[in-house]
Amino acid sequence: MSTSTPAPTGRRLGVGPSVGLLPFLVFVALFLLVPTVTVVVGAFQDEGGGFSLEKIEALGSETALRALWQSVVLSASSAAIGAVLGALLTYLVVSAPPASVTRRVITSVCSVLAQFGGVTLAFAWMATLGFGGLLTELLADAFGMDATGSGWLYDLPGLVLVYTYFQIPLMVIVFLPAMEGLRPQWREAALNLGASTRRYWTQVAFPLLRPAFLGSMLLLFANAFAAYATAAALVSQGAPITPLLIRSALTSEVVLGQANFAFALALQMILVVVVVMVGYALLLRRTSRWLR
Amino acid sequence: MTLLARGVRGLLVLAFAVFFLLPLVALLDFSTEVRGGGRTGEAWQGLLDDPLMSQAIVTSLTLAGLTVVGMVVLLVPTMVWVRLRLPRATRLVEFLCLLPLTIPALVIVVGSANVFSWLRYFFGDTSLVLTFSYVVLVLPYAYRAIDASLSSLDVRTLSEAARSLGAGWWTVIVRVVLPNIWPGVLGAAFISVALVLGEYTFASLLNYETLPVAIVLLGKSDAQTSMAAALASILFAAVLLLLLSFLDRGRRTMSGGK
Repeated sequence: MSTSTPAPTGRRLGVGPSVGLLPFLVFVALFLLVPTVTVVVGAFQDEGGGFSLEKIEALGSETALRALWQSVVLSASSAAIGAVLGALLTYLVVSAPPASVTRRVITSVCSVLAQFGGVTLAFAWMATLGFGGLLTELLADAFGMDATGSGWLYDLPGLVLVYTYFQIPLMVIVFLPAMEGLRPQWREAALNLGASTRRYWTQVAFPLLRPAFLGSMLLLFANAFAAYATAAALVSQGAPITPLLIRSALTSEVVLGQANFAFALALQMILVVVVVMVGYALLLRRTSRWLR
Repeated sequence: MTLLARGVRGLLVLAFAVFFLLPLVALLDFSTEVRGGGRTGEAWQGLLDDPLMSQAIVTSLTLAGLTVVGMVVLLVPTMVWVRLRLPRATRLVEFLCLLPLTIPALVIVVGSANVFSWLRYFFGDTSLVLTFSYVVLVLPYAYRAIDASLSSLDVRTLSEAARSLGAGWWTVIVRVVLPNIWPGVLGAAFISVALVLGEYTFASLLNYETLPVAIVLLGKSDAQTSMAAALASILFAAVLLLLLSFLDRGRRTMSGGK
């Protein structure tokens, strides 16, 4: 006990400044890493806490596979539509004069809309195309058609439409740097060498932009695949896609062991998103070779 | 540009504008509609009168405020400290801050049950415990905003000047660095508020009644008030995020061709 007051050593321990990082590390560990590890570990456990592949095997069940397939269809189609229309909108932005009002308004609005998903977006579309919605009634008055037919808005087609609403602006934001990076000199050089505008696009611009385009599409895919709130607000019953299947697994306490099934589904979701994001990072690196 | 190309351009821009504006107009229309014609502000009045809705609005705003405080307290000292004393930890902190972009919020919720039962034990049954998870959710956006501000600043020289005049680390961070990076912190605060006000995944799955949860709950019985609340929160978030994009532009012009 004689060493209860440590002698001043003159030099601090090597970890000295690292202590300042401790609060941050503890916080992130508790609220981000622990939950993630819980999911990964829980996916391989049975109810008693022992090791089991039962839940992982349950991922191969028909319900889970169907939800995964529909999730992939939803993410892929909303990513494809969002990427094509977003690229078109990006082109409109880039080809407008740099200081023009259109350009500034579009880029600002896109940065807002890309963040705008979730409950409010679902309700906005219900007010548009749901029962008694604005567009529903306009179409009914003008053409006598029933736009709500069989409730498509509350199923997969509706989800694609609603997701497109935040995918297009996100595409503009991530694709704009690549489009802006196309130097006018390259176009002039191509035209000087006798290429037509069409040839410039097919043989110079498209090949250059392809990695950036595909990369952005992957980001959009991951964005749609991980989205929960919009779908949850729109589809109140049933589980056509994986995130909603996770919801039913979490909230249905009737069936024992569903919580661990949610872990397995969540693990599957992490894997898909991580693989897609790695692809995105690789393609981004390719683009950054000529960007700037 | 030929006249035809100009026309096509105009039409395309118009089509996009209609696609993006229509749902918002529809919200306004739905929330003020009276069956059989006419307009009413009743649903909007209901935002304040309906106990569920007004309580949820207070909860969400409080959560937004607490999240901003938590984010600033956690992030600013850490990032300044890393810059000054621990440059080798830069990559680690950046990686951890951007991690929530890759790990879906839904996954974090699924794994958070234990953490939250523990939080409930310490803080009692209040929805404000969501703050902890919300700070994690806003980390990537807040990190980027603050990092951009810090990069345009010579933190080392500033802090050495302050330290040589006798300031402690606390004074350096709060009274020297913080005033210089306030546009970044303000931007981080704006986007945090916008994200927290719209957050549904955590709140709904952990059964806390925040604004988006109330919108969904009320959507079945009183759709008009729900629509009014949805539009109000969109407009509020849009104003915040537009201010943010102007802050961004201001910063870019200030830092010149950097």
